[in-house]
Amino acid sequence: MNWREIRHNRRAMAGASILAVFFVVAIFAPLLVPYSPTAVRFTPDLPPSGYHWLGTTINGQDIFSQVIWGTRASLFVGFVCATLISLIQLVMGVFAGYVGGLVDTVASAITNVFLVLPALPLLIILAAYLQGGSVFVLIAVIVVTGWAWGAKVLRAQAIALRERPFVQASRVSGESRWHIVLTHIVPNMLGIIVSNFFGAALFAVLAEAGLEFIGLGNINDVTWGTMLYWAQEGNAILLGEWVWLLVPGLCLALVGTSLGLLNFAVDEIANPRLRRES
Amino acid sequence: MGRSHAVSEANENGGRVRYLLKRSGALVVTLWIAITVNFVLPRLMPGNPVETMFARYQGKVSPTAMHAMQLDFGLNTKTGELGQYVDYLRNVVSGNLGVSFSYYPARVSTLIGETLPWTLGLVGFATILAFLLGTGLGMFAAWRRGTAGWKRGSIADSGLVPFGLLLGALPSFWISLILLYFVAFRLGWFPVGGGVAAGVGLLTGPGFVSLINHAALPAITLTLISMGLWILLMRNNMLSVLGEDYVKFARSKGLHDRTVAVHYAARNAVLPVFAQLALALGIVVGGQVFIEIVFSYPGIGYLLLNAVENQDYPLIQGIFLIFTVALLLANFLADAFYVLVDPRVRVGARQ
Repeated sequence: MNWREIRHNRRAMAGASILAVFFVVAIFAPLLVPYSPTAVRFTPDLPPSGYHWLGTTINGQDIFSQVIWGTRASLFVGFVCATLISLIQLVMGVFAGYVGGLVDTVASAITNVFLVLPALPLLIILAAYLQGGSVFVLIAVIVVTGWAWGAKVLRAQAIALRERPFVQASRVSGESRWHIVLTHIVPNMLGIIVSNFFGAALFAVLAEAGLEFIGLGNINDVTWGTMLYWAQEGNAILLGEWVWLLVPGLCLALVGTSLGLLNFAVDEIANPRLRRES
Repeated sequence: MGRSHAVSEANENGGRVRYLLKRSGALVVTLWIAITVNFVLPRLMPGNPVETMFARYQGKVSPTAMHAMQLDFGLNTKTGELGQYVDYLRNVVSGNLGVSFSYYPARVSTLIGETLPWTLGLVGFATILAFLLGTGLGMFAAWRRGTAGWKRGSIADSGLVPFGLLLGALPSFWISLILLYFVAFRLGWFPVGGGVAAGVGLLTGPGFVSLINHAALPAITLTLISMGLWILLMRNNMLSVLGEDYVKFARSKGLHDRTVAVHYAARNAVLPVFAQLALALGIVVGGQVFIEIVFSYPGIGYLLLNAVENQDYPLIQGIFLIFTVALLLANFLADAFYVLVDPRVRVGARQ
């Protein structure tokens, strides 16, 4: 995997461009919002206009400002979760797979159990047990339920690399296990690790929004998930406030698709069989 | 020669049986772990939700009922944690999932039994439809790409891959809301929620029509969100297979591209895709819960939300158990089917 290949992959570039736009919006959100996203001082139920580009909510909040602000939560949760999930996968998948033996047996058994526990119901139940969910509770819950699949994939790859001559050579020369994993194994499976990272981010973004939609996050945060929660609570459907329903979900779908594109494209680049030239 | 054939046949059957036995063993162990997790989880949580719950119900129900509830929940303070655990295991094995608090005195197993058919119907239908449509589209994309690699450039593939990715990134609850608003509410093509019109017998003609009408939008949503994965998996697998020597050989024999794609490549590509059913079912089950919530569909996902909102822990535990058992069984059946049709798995298992 190298930069030239990524730059020449249209899907990777499309995903990265969309994501970059959302990142810029998230970083400069305080400068971009026309009004405070939490202010409730406007006439409720206004249709889109020059003053309120996307109209106002039933509670008199500016929808456009909320959409802009919501970018922050999704990207923050997505990337923090993906980082933590990748770290767990590094230990439970790559390291355990490389070391083998008892460590691997135990790690595999744990991974297999997490793999069959139904993630979403578990997510809902954990979030419900840990009431008063701050964003960090959501992150913890998402990380616990979201790491297993990738760990299994990475483990298989680490095992395949274990017997390669260059790995054996460094083992014979007495390098430590973590040193070998980090300098020889990981760089040689970087494509799959990066691809998995984006897959985990996608899972996290959707999971966060879903939990918040059913009221298991902090409903006072301004995120796309809580916007849809309030739209549902405020009977946006009956009131015909379809912009309030449409835009936050559309943003979620766009961020999700960009993460999916990156996940897919990096996998494609790392896997020679899927490459364009045959 | 006949004798050696018989021997290899016997060996093959042995491998098959041994493989399935191994898988059944794993099934039982995983099941036990899931049940244990289910027992431990509420007890690990801060503030002991079980006690909080009893505190909430204190005074609302009579002391006798309270005592009965404690017994029902296996929360006998005289037996220790281990005793409770043994009781819990015994109860689960005998199908006793306790009594719901929010629907007291309804039994958890009764509530689950009432809602499960709705969910199974929807999940079963949507999974089969999504698999057929998704693998079909994935095959088509790879075939156009593959033969284009033999010729280059394919609109079908450049369009279908982002389409599949988009489907995989759609929040199921949002698609449900949008369809509910535009198709059910504005256009009025379908009812806006529920499982069947009130007061209609399920087994009558109008009842059946009403059933289909109510299930249509949830089923469409579920099919949409789970189809993306099948498109992408099938497409990638098919592309790998198209690079195999026997495909090149078939082409070099001068067989028609379509014959090669369907009879040589697709048949071999679809089996490993099928093996990803575990991953797909996870997505389907997750989507299903949200879809039922938005459409007020009387399935187990909607029941889960009610249980969570009412902090009905016996019901939450029971539902989680059913989800786990259902997923495990589905995986086991898919595995068994896979072993029956693909000899490579048997060989792999024997080694």
